[in-house]
Amino acid sequence: MNKSTERLYNGIIKENPTFVLTLGMCPTLAVTTSAINGLGMGLSTMVVLALSNLMIAALRNFIPNRVRIPAFIVIVASFVTMTQLLLQGFVPSLYKSLGIYIPLIVVNCIILGRAESYASKNPMIPSLFDGIGMGLGFTMALTMIGLVREILGSGKAFGFQILPDSYVPISIFIMAPGAFFVLAALTAIQNKIKIEGEKKGKDMSRIQSGCNSDCAACGETGCGHRFYDENAKPGPVGKVNAEETKAAKAEVKAEAAKAEVKAEAKEEVKAEAKEEVKEAVKAEEGKEENK
Amino acid sequence: MGEYIAILIGSSLISNVVLSQFLGLCPFLGVSKKTETATGMGVAVIFVITISSFVTGVIYKFLLIPLGISYLQTIVFILIIAALVQFVEMFLKKYVVSLYNSLGVYLPLITTNCAVLGVALTNVQKDYSIGKGVANGFATAVGFTISIILLAGLREKMEYNNIPKPLQGMPHVLLTAGLMAIAFCGFSGISF
Repeated sequence: MNKSTERLYNGIIKENPTFVLTLGMCPTLAVTTSAINGLGMGLSTMVVLALSNLMIAALRNFIPNRVRIPAFIVIVASFVTMTQLLLQGFVPSLYKSLGIYIPLIVVNCIILGRAESYASKNPMIPSLFDGIGMGLGFTMALTMIGLVREILGSGKAFGFQILPDSYVPISIFIMAPGAFFVLAALTAIQNKIKIEGEKKGKDMSRIQSGCNSDCAACGETGCGHRFYDENAKPGPVGKVNAEETKAAKAEVKAEAAKAEVKAEAKEEVKAEAKEEVKEAVKAEEGKEENK
Repeated sequence: MGEYIAILIGSSLISNVVLSQFLGLCPFLGVSKKTETATGMGVAVIFVITISSFVTGVIYKFLLIPLGISYLQTIVFILIIAALVQFVEMFLKKYVVSLYNSLGVYLPLITTNCAVLGVALTNVQKDYSIGKGVANGFATAVGFTISIILLAGLREKMEYNNIPKPLQGMPHVLLTAGLMAIAFCGFSGISF
Protein backbone atom coordinates (compact mmCIF):
# COMPACT_ATOMS: atom_id res chain seq x y z
CA MET A 1 0.00 0.00 0.00
CA ASN A 2 1.09 3.56 -0.70
CA LYS A 3 2.66 5.24 2.35
CA SER A 4 0.14 8.13 2.40
CA THR A 5 -2.92 5.91 2.07
CA GLU A 6 -1.43 3.63 4.72
CA ARG A 7 -1.19 6.62 7.13
CA LEU A 8 -4.81 7.60 6.39
CA TYR A 9 -6.02 4.02 6.97
CA ASN A 10 -3.94 3.85 10.16
CA GLY A 11 -5.49 7.03 11.55
CA ILE A 12 -9.10 6.33 10.61
CA ILE A 13 -9.38 2.59 11.33
CA LYS A 14 -6.34 0.85 12.76
CA GLU A 15 -5.33 3.37 15.43
CA ASN A 16 -8.45 5.51 15.65
CA PRO A 17 -7.64 8.04 18.40
CA THR A 18 -11.04 7.80 20.09
CA PHE A 19 -12.27 4.26 19.50
CA VAL A 20 -8.94 2.41 19.72
CA LEU A 21 -6.46 4.59 21.62
CA THR A 22 -9.01 6.46 23.82
CA LEU A 23 -7.10 9.75 23.69
CA GLY A 24 -8.38 13.31 23.94
CA MET A 25 -11.36 12.56 26.15
CA CYS A 26 -12.07 16.12 27.32
CA PRO A 27 -13.30 17.50 23.97
CA THR A 28 -14.90 14.14 23.13
CA LEU A 29 -17.20 14.42 26.12
CA ALA A 30 -17.67 18.17 26.18
CA VAL A 31 -18.63 19.16 22.65
CA THR A 32 -20.59 16.15 21.42
CA THR A 33 -23.98 17.50 22.48
CA SER A 34 -24.91 17.54 18.79
CA ALA A 35 -23.49 15.99 15.62
CA ILE A 36 -22.69 19.35 14.07
CA ASN A 37 -20.66 20.46 17.11
CA GLY A 38 -18.73 17.18 17.02
CA LEU A 39 -18.04 17.65 13.32
CA GLY A 40 -16.85 21.24 13.82
CA MET A 41 -14.56 20.31 16.71
CA GLY A 42 -13.18 17.32 14.80
CA LEU A 43 -12.41 19.38 11.70
CA SER A 44 -10.73 22.17 13.71
CA THR A 45 -8.58 19.59 15.48
CA MET A 46 -7.75 17.97 12.14
CA VAL A 47 -6.54 21.26 10.65
CA VAL A 48 -4.34 21.96 13.68
CA LEU A 49 -3.03 18.38 13.78
CA ALA A 50 -2.16 18.21 10.07
CA LEU A 51 -0.47 21.62 9.94
CA SER A 52 1.48 21.21 13.18
CA ASN A 53 2.61 17.72 12.12
CA LEU A 54 3.82 19.19 8.82
CA MET A 55 5.62 22.04 10.57
CA ILE A 56 7.26 19.82 13.21
CA ALA A 57 8.40 17.34 10.57
CA ALA A 58 9.89 20.21 8.55
CA LEU A 59 11.74 21.58 11.59
CA ARG A 60 12.75 18.26 13.11
CA ASN A 61 16.42 18.74 12.22
CA PHE A 62 16.53 22.18 13.87
CA ILE A 63 14.57 21.74 17.13
CA PRO A 64 16.95 20.89 20.00
CA ASN A 65 15.89 17.67 21.68
CA ARG A 66 15.99 19.04 25.21
CA VAL A 67 13.51 21.85 24.62
CA ARG A 68 11.34 19.97 22.13
CA ILE A 69 8.19 20.17 24.28
CA PRO A 70 8.07 23.99 24.47
CA ALA A 71 8.91 24.13 20.75
CA PHE A 72 6.06 21.75 19.90
CA ILE A 73 3.70 23.67 22.20
CA VAL A 74 4.52 26.99 20.50
CA ILE A 75 3.92 25.51 17.03
CA VAL A 76 0.65 23.85 18.06
CA ALA A 77 -0.56 26.93 19.96
CA SER A 78 0.14 29.19 16.96
CA PHE A 79 -1.99 27.04 14.68
CA VAL A 80 -4.71 26.85 17.33
CA THR A 81 -4.78 30.64 17.61
CA MET A 82 -5.05 30.95 13.82
CA THR A 83 -7.91 28.44 13.72
CA GLN A 84 -9.63 30.23 16.57
CA LEU A 85 -9.44 33.62 14.83
CA LEU A 86 -10.63 32.14 11.51
CA LEU A 87 -13.60 30.43 13.19
CA GLN A 88 -14.46 33.63 15.05
CA GLY A 89 -14.41 35.54 11.77
CA PHE A 90 -16.16 33.13 9.42
CA VAL A 91 -18.24 30.64 11.49
CA PRO A 92 -19.30 32.68 14.53
CA SER A 93 -22.15 30.30 15.44
CA LEU A 94 -19.75 27.34 15.76
CA TYR A 95 -17.22 29.54 17.58
CA LYS A 96 -19.89 30.42 20.11
CA SER A 97 -21.06 26.86 20.72
CA LEU A 98 -17.53 25.40 21.03
CA GLY A 99 -16.37 28.28 23.23
CA ILE A 100 -13.39 27.59 25.45
CA TYR A 101 -12.77 24.15 23.93
CA ILE A 102 -11.18 25.67 20.79
CA PRO A 103 -8.13 27.16 22.58
CA LEU A 104 -7.99 23.96 24.66
CA ILE A 105 -7.09 22.01 21.48
CA VAL A 106 -3.50 22.93 22.52
CA VAL A 107 -3.57 20.48 25.42
CA ASN A 108 -5.26 17.69 23.47
CA CYS A 109 -3.11 14.59 24.06
CA ILE A 110 -3.53 13.45 20.44
CA ILE A 111 -1.62 16.41 19.03
CA LEU A 112 1.45 16.35 21.30
CA GLY A 113 1.37 12.54 21.16
CA ARG A 114 1.56 12.48 17.35
CA ALA A 115 4.27 15.15 17.40
CA GLU A 116 6.39 13.06 19.77
CA SER A 117 5.77 9.65 18.30
CA TYR A 118 5.47 10.33 14.57
CA ALA A 119 6.14 13.81 13.20
CA SER A 120 9.49 14.27 14.94
CA LYS A 121 10.84 11.08 13.35
CA ASN A 122 9.41 11.09 9.84
CA PRO A 123 9.57 13.24 6.69
CA MET A 124 7.00 15.92 5.89
CA ILE A 125 4.58 14.20 3.51
CA PRO A 126 3.89 11.07 5.62
CA SER A 127 3.59 13.31 8.71
CA LEU A 128 1.02 15.50 6.96
CA PHE A 129 -1.02 12.45 5.97
CA ASP A 130 -0.62 11.01 9.46
CA GLY A 131 -2.16 14.22 10.83
CA ILE A 132 -4.98 14.18 8.28
CA GLY A 133 -5.70 10.50 8.98
CA MET A 134 -5.73 10.90 12.76
CA GLY A 135 -7.83 14.06 12.39
CA LEU A 136 -10.36 12.31 10.14
CA GLY A 137 -10.56 9.41 12.60
CA PHE A 138 -11.19 11.87 15.44
CA THR A 139 -13.79 13.80 13.38
CA MET A 140 -15.61 10.59 12.49
CA ALA A 141 -15.68 9.44 16.11
CA LEU A 142 -16.90 12.80 17.45
CA THR A 143 -19.61 13.07 14.78
CA MET A 144 -20.85 9.56 15.53
CA ILE A 145 -20.94 10.11 19.30
CA GLY A 146 -22.63 13.47 18.74
CA LEU A 147 -25.21 11.86 16.43
CA VAL A 148 -26.08 9.18 19.00
CA ARG A 149 -26.44 11.76 21.78
CA GLU A 150 -28.47 14.12 19.60
CA ILE A 151 -30.89 11.42 18.37
CA LEU A 152 -31.47 10.02 21.88
CA GLY A 153 -31.51 13.38 23.62
CA SER A 154 -33.59 15.49 21.26
CA GLY A 155 -34.84 13.21 18.46
CA LYS A 156 -32.91 15.18 15.84
CA ALA A 157 -29.98 14.48 13.55
CA PHE A 158 -27.83 17.40 12.36
CA GLY A 159 -30.65 19.68 13.53
CA PHE A 160 -33.42 17.97 11.52
CA GLN A 161 -36.27 16.19 13.30
CA ILE A 162 -36.03 12.49 12.39
CA LEU A 163 -37.90 10.71 15.17
CA PRO A 164 -41.73 11.12 15.29
CA ASP A 165 -43.28 13.64 17.67
CA SER A 166 -44.58 10.79 19.84
CA TYR A 167 -40.95 10.11 20.88
CA VAL A 168 -40.21 11.68 24.24
CA PRO A 169 -36.56 12.80 24.17
CA ILE A 170 -34.30 11.48 26.94
CA SER A 171 -32.88 14.93 27.49
CA ILE A 172 -30.24 13.72 29.97
CA PHE A 173 -28.25 12.51 26.96
CA ILE A 174 -27.52 16.03 25.80
CA MET A 175 -26.66 17.10 29.35
CA ALA A 176 -23.37 16.47 31.15
CA PRO A 177 -24.19 13.03 32.70
CA GLY A 178 -25.23 11.66 29.29
CA ALA A 179 -21.70 12.18 28.00
CA PHE A 180 -20.33 9.91 30.72
CA PHE A 181 -22.96 7.24 30.03
CA VAL A 182 -22.31 7.22 26.26
CA LEU A 183 -18.57 6.97 26.81
CA ALA A 184 -19.11 4.19 29.37
CA ALA A 185 -21.11 2.21 26.80
CA LEU A 186 -18.41 2.83 24.21
CA THR A 187 -15.54 1.63 26.42
CA ALA A 188 -17.64 -1.39 27.49
CA ILE A 189 -18.03 -2.38 23.82
CA GLN A 190 -14.30 -1.82 23.36
CA ASN A 191 -13.52 -4.10 26.34
CA LYS A 192 -15.90 -6.75 25.01
CA ILE A 193 -14.17 -6.74 21.60
CA LYS A 194 -10.80 -6.95 23.34
CA ILE A 195 -11.86 -9.90 25.51
CA GLU A 196 -13.36 -11.76 22.54
CA GLY A 197 -10.23 -11.14 20.48
CA GLU A 198 -7.97 -12.39 23.24
CA LYS A 199 -10.05 -15.55 23.53
CA LYS A 200 -9.33 -16.24 19.87
CA GLY A 201 -5.64 -15.69 20.55
CA LYS A 202 -5.28 -12.42 18.65
CA ASP A 203 -2.96 -9.66 19.81
CA MET A 204 -5.28 -6.95 21.15
CA SER A 205 -2.70 -4.86 23.00
CA ARG A 206 -3.35 -2.06 20.48
CA ILE A 207 -6.70 -1.33 22.10
CA GLN A 208 -6.19 0.86 25.14
CA SER A 209 -8.80 1.97 27.60
CA GLY A 210 -7.35 5.41 28.18
CA CYS A 211 -5.75 6.28 31.49
CA ASN A 212 -7.31 3.20 33.04
CA SER A 213 -4.41 2.36 35.30
CA ASP A 214 -2.40 4.77 37.37
CA CYS A 215 -1.66 8.07 35.64
CA ALA A 216 1.82 8.23 37.14
CA ALA A 217 2.73 5.09 35.21
CA CYS A 218 2.21 6.88 31.88
CA GLY A 219 4.66 9.58 32.94
CA GLU A 220 6.54 11.25 30.15
CA THR A 221 4.92 9.29 27.35
CA GLY A 222 1.42 10.21 28.46
CA CYS A 223 0.33 13.58 29.72
CA GLY A 224 3.36 14.33 31.89
CA HIS A 225 5.50 16.34 29.49
CA ARG A 226 8.29 18.34 31.07
CA PHE A 227 9.08 21.83 29.94
CA TYR A 228 12.84 21.27 29.95
CA ASP A 229 13.94 17.68 29.60
CA GLU A 230 17.36 17.61 31.25
CA ASN A 231 17.85 13.87 30.84
CA ALA A 232 17.35 13.90 27.08
CA LYS A 233 20.23 13.57 24.65
CA PRO A 234 21.49 16.84 23.16
CA GLY A 235 21.16 17.55 19.45
CA PRO A 236 18.26 18.17 17.09
CA VAL A 237 15.20 16.04 17.80
CA GLY A 238 15.07 14.47 14.33
CA LYS A 239 18.67 13.31 14.53
CA VAL A 240 18.33 11.80 18.02
CA ASN A 241 15.20 9.97 16.94
CA ALA A 242 16.84 8.76 13.75
CA GLU A 243 19.74 7.38 15.80
CA GLU A 244 17.30 5.68 18.15
CA THR A 245 15.38 4.08 15.31
CA LYS A 246 18.66 2.99 13.73
CA ALA A 247 19.80 1.44 17.01
CA ALA A 248 16.43 -0.24 17.43
CA LYS A 249 16.59 -1.58 13.87
CA ALA A 250 20.13 -2.84 14.43
CA GLU A 251 18.95 -4.62 17.59
CA VAL A 252 16.05 -6.19 15.74
CA LYS A 253 18.44 -7.33 12.99
CA ALA A 254 20.87 -8.76 15.52
CA GLU A 255 18.05 -10.62 17.22
CA ALA A 256 16.78 -11.91 13.91
CA ALA A 257 20.30 -13.08 13.04
CA LYS A 258 20.58 -14.82 16.43
CA ALA A 259 17.21 -16.47 15.90
CA GLU A 260 18.35 -17.66 12.45
CA VAL A 261 21.54 -19.07 13.89
CA LYS A 262 19.54 -20.84 16.59
CA ALA A 263 17.08 -22.18 14.04
CA GLU A 264 19.95 -23.48 11.88
CA ALA A 265 21.56 -25.06 14.89
CA LYS A 266 18.28 -26.72 15.80
CA GLU A 267 17.86 -28.02 12.28
CA GLU A 268 21.37 -29.45 12.34
CA VAL A 269 20.67 -31.10 15.65
CA LYS A 270 17.46 -32.50 14.23
CA ALA A 271 19.20 -33.76 11.11
CA GLU A 272 21.88 -35.44 13.22
CA ALA A 273 19.26 -36.97 15.45
CA LYS A 274 17.41 -38.31 12.40
CA GLU A 275 20.59 -39.84 11.01
CA GLU A 276 21.32 -41.46 14.36
CA VAL A 277 17.83 -42.90 14.47
CA LYS A 278 18.22 -44.17 10.91
CA GLU A 279 21.53 -45.79 11.79
CA ALA A 280 20.06 -47.35 14.89
CA VAL A 281 17.14 -48.67 12.85
CA LYS A 282 19.56 -50.05 10.25
CA ALA A 283 21.63 -51.67 12.97
CA GLU A 284 18.53 -53.25 14.48
CA GLU A 285 17.41 -54.44 11.07
CA GLY A 286 20.87 -55.89 10.56
CA LYS A 287 20.63 -57.69 13.95
CA GLU A 288 17.26 -59.11 13.02
CA GLU A 289 18.62 -60.29 9.67
CA ASN A 290 21.56 -61.90 11.47
CA LYS A 291 19.13 -63.75 13.69
CA MET B 1 -17.68 40.27 49.11
CA GLY B 2 -20.92 38.78 47.83
CA GLU B 3 -19.41 38.43 44.37
CA TYR B 4 -16.48 36.47 45.78
CA ILE B 5 -18.80 34.05 47.57
CA ALA B 6 -20.81 33.62 44.38
CA ILE B 7 -17.60 32.80 42.46
CA LEU B 8 -16.42 30.38 45.17
CA ILE B 9 -19.66 28.39 45.24
CA GLY B 10 -20.37 28.72 41.53
CA SER B 11 -17.00 27.43 40.36
CA SER B 12 -16.58 24.67 42.91
CA LEU B 13 -20.07 23.16 42.97
CA ILE B 14 -22.53 24.55 40.41
CA SER B 15 -20.34 24.39 37.31
CA ASN B 16 -17.96 21.74 38.61
CA VAL B 17 -14.84 21.62 36.50
CA VAL B 18 -14.88 17.86 35.91
CA LEU B 19 -18.49 16.84 36.17
CA SER B 20 -20.07 19.60 34.12
CA GLN B 21 -17.21 21.11 32.09
CA PHE B 22 -15.17 17.94 31.45
CA LEU B 23 -11.81 19.57 32.10
CA GLY B 24 -9.02 17.58 33.73
CA LEU B 25 -10.61 14.23 32.97
CA CYS B 26 -7.32 12.33 32.57
CA PRO B 27 -6.16 12.70 36.20
CA PHE B 28 -9.80 12.40 37.35
CA LEU B 29 -10.04 8.91 35.83
CA GLY B 30 -6.37 7.96 36.17
CA VAL B 31 -5.39 8.91 39.73
CA SER B 32 -8.64 8.03 41.50
CA LYS B 33 -7.91 4.46 42.56
CA LYS B 34 -7.07 5.29 46.17
CA THR B 35 -8.27 8.15 48.37
CA GLU B 36 -4.69 8.88 49.44
CA THR B 37 -3.30 9.48 45.96
CA ALA B 38 -6.47 11.30 44.96
CA THR B 39 -5.98 13.70 47.89
CA GLY B 40 -2.35 14.25 46.88
CA MET B 41 -3.35 15.02 43.31
CA GLY B 42 -6.15 17.32 44.49
CA VAL B 43 -3.85 19.34 46.74
CA ALA B 44 -1.24 19.61 43.96
CA VAL B 45 -3.93 20.88 41.58
CA ILE B 46 -5.17 23.47 44.10
CA PHE B 47 -1.58 24.65 44.57
CA VAL B 48 -0.75 24.92 40.86
CA ILE B 49 -4.06 26.41 39.67
CA THR B 50 -4.08 29.10 42.36
CA ILE B 51 -0.51 30.18 41.55
CA SER B 52 -0.99 29.97 37.80
CA SER B 53 -4.24 31.96 37.78
CA PHE B 54 -2.43 34.71 39.68
CA VAL B 55 0.60 34.71 37.35
CA THR B 56 -1.42 34.54 34.13
CA GLY B 57 -3.75 37.27 35.44
CA VAL B 58 -0.82 39.58 36.18
CA ILE B 59 0.83 38.91 32.82
CA TYR B 60 -2.43 39.43 30.92
CA LYS B 61 -3.23 42.72 32.67
CA PHE B 62 0.25 44.25 32.73
CA LEU B 63 1.94 42.79 29.65
CA LEU B 64 -0.46 41.55 26.99
CA ILE B 65 -3.07 44.34 27.18
CA PRO B 66 -0.63 47.31 27.25
CA LEU B 67 1.27 45.80 24.30
CA GLY B 68 -1.97 45.12 22.42
CA ILE B 69 -1.17 41.46 21.85
CA SER B 70 -3.99 39.85 23.83
CA TYR B 71 -4.68 37.53 20.86
CA LEU B 72 -1.49 35.67 21.83
CA GLN B 73 -3.06 34.62 25.14
CA THR B 74 -3.25 30.87 24.37
CA ILE B 75 0.43 30.60 23.41
CA VAL B 76 1.63 32.74 26.33
CA PHE B 77 -0.57 31.03 28.93
CA ILE B 78 0.37 27.46 28.04
CA LEU B 79 4.08 28.31 28.02
CA ILE B 80 3.81 30.11 31.35
CA ILE B 81 1.92 27.21 32.89
CA ALA B 82 4.35 24.58 31.63
CA ALA B 83 7.36 26.57 32.81
CA LEU B 84 5.71 27.45 36.11
CA VAL B 85 4.93 23.84 36.95
CA GLN B 86 8.51 22.80 36.39
CA PHE B 87 9.78 25.80 38.34
CA VAL B 88 7.50 24.98 41.28
CA GLU B 89 8.73 21.39 41.16
CA MET B 90 12.38 22.49 41.24
CA PHE B 91 11.70 25.01 44.02
CA LEU B 92 9.94 22.45 46.22
CA LYS B 93 12.65 19.86 45.58
CA LYS B 94 15.30 22.28 46.80
CA TYR B 95 13.60 24.13 49.66
CA VAL B 96 10.43 22.34 50.87
CA VAL B 97 11.45 18.71 50.71
CA SER B 98 8.55 17.39 52.80
CA LEU B 99 5.98 18.98 50.48
CA TYR B 100 7.94 17.74 47.46
CA ASN B 101 7.85 14.19 48.77
CA SER B 102 4.06 14.23 49.00
CA LEU B 103 3.23 16.23 45.84
CA GLY B 104 6.29 15.75 43.62
CA VAL B 105 4.95 12.76 41.73
CA TYR B 106 1.83 14.58 40.62
CA LEU B 107 3.36 17.88 39.56
CA PRO B 108 4.61 16.90 36.08
CA LEU B 109 1.22 15.33 35.36
CA ILE B 110 -0.44 18.71 35.79
CA THR B 111 1.47 20.51 33.01
CA THR B 112 -0.93 19.55 30.26
CA ASN B 113 -3.95 19.25 32.52
CA CYS B 114 -6.54 21.20 30.58
CA ALA B 115 -8.17 22.49 33.78
CA VAL B 116 -5.18 24.78 34.43
CA LEU B 117 -5.29 26.38 30.99
CA GLY B 118 -9.09 26.34 31.10
CA VAL B 119 -9.16 28.42 34.29
CA ALA B 120 -6.67 30.95 32.90
CA LEU B 121 -8.76 31.37 29.73
CA THR B 122 -12.07 31.57 31.63
CA ASN B 123 -10.67 34.34 33.81
CA VAL B 124 -9.88 36.35 30.68
CA GLN B 125 -13.19 35.53 29.00
CA LYS B 126 -15.26 36.58 32.00
CA ASP B 127 -13.09 39.66 32.48
CA TYR B 128 -12.28 38.93 36.12
CA SER B 129 -9.95 41.18 38.10
CA ILE B 130 -6.78 39.51 39.41
CA GLY B 131 -8.31 38.90 42.87
CA LYS B 132 -11.47 37.38 41.38
CA GLY B 133 -9.35 35.32 39.01
CA VAL B 134 -7.40 33.82 41.91
CA ALA B 135 -10.66 33.13 43.76
CA ASN B 136 -12.08 31.47 40.64
CA GLY B 137 -8.93 29.36 40.22
CA PHE B 138 -8.92 28.28 43.85
CA ALA B 139 -12.64 27.41 43.78
CA THR B 140 -12.33 25.46 40.53
CA ALA B 141 -9.43 23.45 41.97
CA VAL B 142 -11.39 22.79 45.16
CA GLY B 143 -14.26 21.52 43.00
CA PHE B 144 -11.80 19.20 41.24
CA THR B 145 -10.47 17.94 44.58
CA ILE B 146 -13.96 17.31 45.96
CA SER B 147 -15.02 15.28 42.94
CA ILE B 148 -11.77 13.26 42.65
CA ILE B 149 -11.83 12.34 46.36
CA LEU B 150 -15.51 11.35 46.16
CA LEU B 151 -14.84 9.20 43.10
CA ALA B 152 -11.81 7.57 44.76
CA GLY B 153 -13.93 6.73 47.83
CA LEU B 154 -16.60 5.14 45.64
CA ARG B 155 -13.99 3.21 43.65
CA GLU B 156 -12.42 1.82 46.83
CA LYS B 157 -15.82 0.52 47.91
CA MET B 158 -16.53 -1.02 44.52
CA GLU B 159 -13.22 -2.77 44.13
CA TYR B 160 -14.46 -6.11 45.48
CA ASN B 161 -17.87 -6.00 43.85
CA ASN B 162 -18.85 -8.54 41.26
CA ILE B 163 -18.87 -6.48 38.08
CA PRO B 164 -19.47 -8.04 34.62
CA LYS B 165 -16.16 -8.46 32.83
CA PRO B 166 -16.63 -5.99 29.95
CA LEU B 167 -17.71 -3.31 32.45
CA GLN B 168 -14.59 -3.66 34.60
CA GLY B 169 -12.06 -0.84 34.53
CA MET B 170 -13.01 2.33 32.68
CA PRO B 171 -16.73 1.68 31.93
CA HIS B 172 -17.86 1.34 35.52
CA VAL B 173 -15.76 4.34 36.57
CA LEU B 174 -17.45 6.39 33.84
CA LEU B 175 -20.90 5.17 34.92
CA THR B 176 -20.09 6.21 38.50
CA ALA B 177 -18.91 9.60 37.24
CA GLY B 178 -22.17 9.96 35.29
CA LEU B 179 -24.24 9.30 38.40
CA MET B 180 -22.11 11.82 40.30
CA ALA B 181 -22.74 14.32 37.50
CA ILE B 182 -26.50 13.82 37.92
CA ALA B 183 -26.10 14.50 41.63
CA PHE B 184 -24.10 17.65 40.90
CA CYS B 185 -26.84 18.81 38.50
CA GLY B 186 -28.85 19.36 41.67
CA PHE B 187 -26.63 22.31 42.56
CA SER B 188 -27.70 24.18 39.43
CA GLY B 189 -30.83 25.32 41.26
CA ILE B 190 -28.73 27.55 43.51
CA SER B 191 -28.62 31.15 42.34
CA PHE B 192 -27.32 34.38 43.75
